[in-house]
Amino acid sequence: MGATVKPSAADHDLAARDTETIRIPVSGMTCAACQSRVQRTLQRHPGVADASVNLMMKTATVTFDRSSVSPESLVEAIRETGYGAELASSDLTAFEEQEARDRAQVEEYRELRRKALVSGIAGVIAMVISMPLMSQLAVHAHGAVADPFMRWAMESLDPAIRAAFPWMYQVPAPAIAWTLMLVTLGVMAWAGRHFYTRAWAAFRHNAADMNTLVAVGTGAAFLYSVLATVAPGFFISRGVTPDVYYEAVIIIIALILVGNMFEARAKNRTSSALRALVHLQPKTARVVRFEQEVDVPVETVEQDEIVIVRPGERIPVDGEIVHGESAVDESMLTGESMPVAKRQGDRVIGGTMNGTGAFRYRATTLGADSMLAQIVRLMRDAQGSRAPIQRLADRISGVFVPIVISLAIATFVGWFVLAEQAPAVRAFAAAVAVLIIACPCAMGLAVPTAVMVATGKGAELGVLIKGGEALQRAGDIGTIVLDKTGTVTEGRPTVTDLIPSAAFASDERSTELLRLVASLEASSEHPLADAIVRYARERGLGLSTPEAFEAVTGRGAQGIVDGSGIVVGSEAMMRDWALDAGTLRETAERLAGDGRTPMYIAANGELAGVIAVADPIKDSSREAIARMHAMGLEVVMLTGDNRRTAEAIARQAGIDRVVAEVLPDGKVAEVKRLQAEGKVVAMVGDGINDAPALAQSDVGMAIGTGTDIAVEAGDVVLMRGDLRSAAHAIALSRRTMRTTKQNLFWAFIYNVVGIPIAAGVLYPAFGLLLSPILASAAMAFSSVSVVTNSLRLRGARIA
Amino acid sequence: MQTITTTEWLVIAGGLAAIAWVNWYFFIAGRAQPVAIASGATAGPARVTIVVDGGYSPAQVKVKAGAPVTLLFDRQDDSSCSEEIVLPDFGVRRFLPTGQQTAIEVTPPKPGRYEFMCGMSMLRGAIIAED
Repeated sequence: MGATVKPSAADHDLAARDTETIRIPVSGMTCAACQSRVQRTLQRHPGVADASVNLMMKTATVTFDRSSVSPESLVEAIRETGYGAELASSDLTAFEEQEARDRAQVEEYRELRRKALVSGIAGVIAMVISMPLMSQLAVHAHGAVADPFMRWAMESLDPAIRAAFPWMYQVPAPAIAWTLMLVTLGVMAWAGRHFYTRAWAAFRHNAADMNTLVAVGTGAAFLYSVLATVAPGFFISRGVTPDVYYEAVIIIIALILVGNMFEARAKNRTSSALRALVHLQPKTARVVRFEQEVDVPVETVEQDEIVIVRPGERIPVDGEIVHGESAVDESMLTGESMPVAKRQGDRVIGGTMNGTGAFRYRATTLGADSMLAQIVRLMRDAQGSRAPIQRLADRISGVFVPIVISLAIATFVGWFVLAEQAPAVRAFAAAVAVLIIACPCAMGLAVPTAVMVATGKGAELGVLIKGGEALQRAGDIGTIVLDKTGTVTEGRPTVTDLIPSAAFASDERSTELLRLVASLEASSEHPLADAIVRYARERGLGLSTPEAFEAVTGRGAQGIVDGSGIVVGSEAMMRDWALDAGTLRETAERLAGDGRTPMYIAANGELAGVIAVADPIKDSSREAIARMHAMGLEVVMLTGDNRRTAEAIARQAGIDRVVAEVLPDGKVAEVKRLQAEGKVVAMVGDGINDAPALAQSDVGMAIGTGTDIAVEAGDVVLMRGDLRSAAHAIALSRRTMRTTKQNLFWAFIYNVVGIPIAAGVLYPAFGLLLSPILASAAMAFSSVSVVTNSLRLRGARIA
Repeated sequence: MQTITTTEWLVIAGGLAAIAWVNWYFFIAGRAQPVAIASGATAGPARVTIVVDGGYSPAQVKVKAGAPVTLLFDRQDDSSCSEEIVLPDFGVRRFLPTGQQTAIEVTPPKPGRYEFMCGMSMLRGAIIAED
């Protein structure tokens, strides 16, 4: 289909240079002439090595020189030919971004693993061969080995090594020291290289990070050891043991690499939910083009194109079914576990899974506007936002490293001046331990990892939380305000009761009565009338056209259907016809007491029954409200309905506080009033009518209906039109805040306790001193523990 | 306690000097970082390229308040520390692939200082919006 032109000789040079191939979706091409015109234009464009345009796929594949041509100019060139072109929108790159990040993380993990393994082995070997060295040095000067870990290792391992490799003890000390120096240099230059290069890069920017601490700590230990190896006489003449720390340098590097490796893997898992969403997007779609079914890249699908979905396939783009029916599993987007039945006219969402049916549908929203892209963008933005609780951690991270370096220097000076024995050695070991144990990473990871895992967990439950701040505030919610219509209730009036009078009690007569009433109401525009008509149609009743119809405002409707005079309406309406509600009055009052709207029916001048319509409570609402109460939340319902109906609904749903007869703009005032009482208020409502109240509340939760997420309104979007999600959102937020606080606590405490111990504050009292090796182990695992704690949120029982 | 020897005095003095230098270098000298003025093309938003290599160069960018600016982050290092760029005031957290330029367009609403930083707030820079 697509003709390809061979690159000319001049272009060959170009191909060798910095070339790149991109695919640009082109729209508006209808024939082969269009195709060749676009193709020719691109091929003539300076800096383009090769271009081919595919009419069927509606794409241009262009290989060009990156240094002289920008993708934007290619798009411009296509547009000048009169066709539409656009680079893959930024949200398709959201998918690519995720993939790039995953690739980078996998690569990072593998590299760290390789380096950790090799330096770990080198560390063990170095430790073994330094045993004879240490015992020889111990003979030299009576000073104890400065590193307590190595001292322990020597005491426990030395005899074993002496027994196994007695020849090693014959090797002269300088030879061992020089060997160790070379091994250490190798490990530092290969496995530890990035610590030094990155520390240096940061240093040039007057900045310092974790790498700075590792680089300064190990670098100082190494230089000290080199000095002791090259000029041991200098040390001995001053009464200092020419101790070397080679094995410590290697083991510290190995342990930190192991820690980084685990951290990389754990960090990768924090975005697993987002990754799962990104991978929902199918790469191709089967569309009808030029009366043929073709598989095309999904980004080339145009609006209103017909897409074909077969059983068990993933739905490629959003759209509306034009033919066929099926059940679709939307759980990945809404958290709703039951498949949703879809037929002609229903909307389907790209990324969801088709069941056993097959259908054709018309593509509606595409690319960046698609539901999946919106959700991905929303989640990515959420993960980019910062929770207010993070500010303190941020402030500390910014000044942390220079302060630790200052503390390390102070530690050195303190030990040097105060230590009785081998002051320089002790001072040095303690200063290195301070540098190595300090861990700014744990603090930096404490909040973002928890927010990432929580937003992902929320998405799995069909709860989209728009950021760290919303998450934090949702954790403090004490009062939850529910809009009645569409939130607590279905939002759609339905016939709940049809109670015929004695004369119409037989099945046959009551069905006929319903048919006549529905036929009359079919002419009415009242929402309650619509409920009656729907009710009759659902029962398969064929409706007639009334011979006469009259609506009586505020009372009801009357008319003639199939020769019968029918009146439907209030008691006042009945009185107009001189009918007494009589025994049915009691029934009607009972129904009204339950929050339903009863209407009397008269047929041919005789009272025939009562029909009641109500907006029923959603099945899930009662359970959700019970859950909210169990969580200690105050539940308030707002409605424009009269007090009696409102209270009946509230009673059935188990709500303790009702504010009835609220005008649409009164909701904001009500939320304000609750806030003035000092309450932290969440408002749950639909994203359109309740938008101002959602904005006023501390946390606005917009209820979605699965196919139409009002992503603009609210801090939280409940994908399933189900109140249980609101309870989930709050439970998840509370749990997340707990995790965040634990993380921050441990990250702070770790440094607050670890640094002084490393500096030796416990030494005078308990003789306790931390080895730099132990310090590196502690440091390496502190960030891993923070990320792991955040990951525990994934398994938290919220729903 | 013994008297403090000359060597010890020297160590104390050296230590204090080193601490002073560390704090000066990282906290004070860092403020005099280069400032770039985002230059506008003839049309479209102003653009400025920021090299990410263990830090941001330039670390400060002057822009016009209320006008969009495109920051092109050119990541040249492969440290996981700099893999993300965060602009908290604009709700942006993006991954920066190594060896690529990542464009981020923002519009500072009013004059002021808008910080940007790495994913863990260790490396910092700022957009300075002026009238």
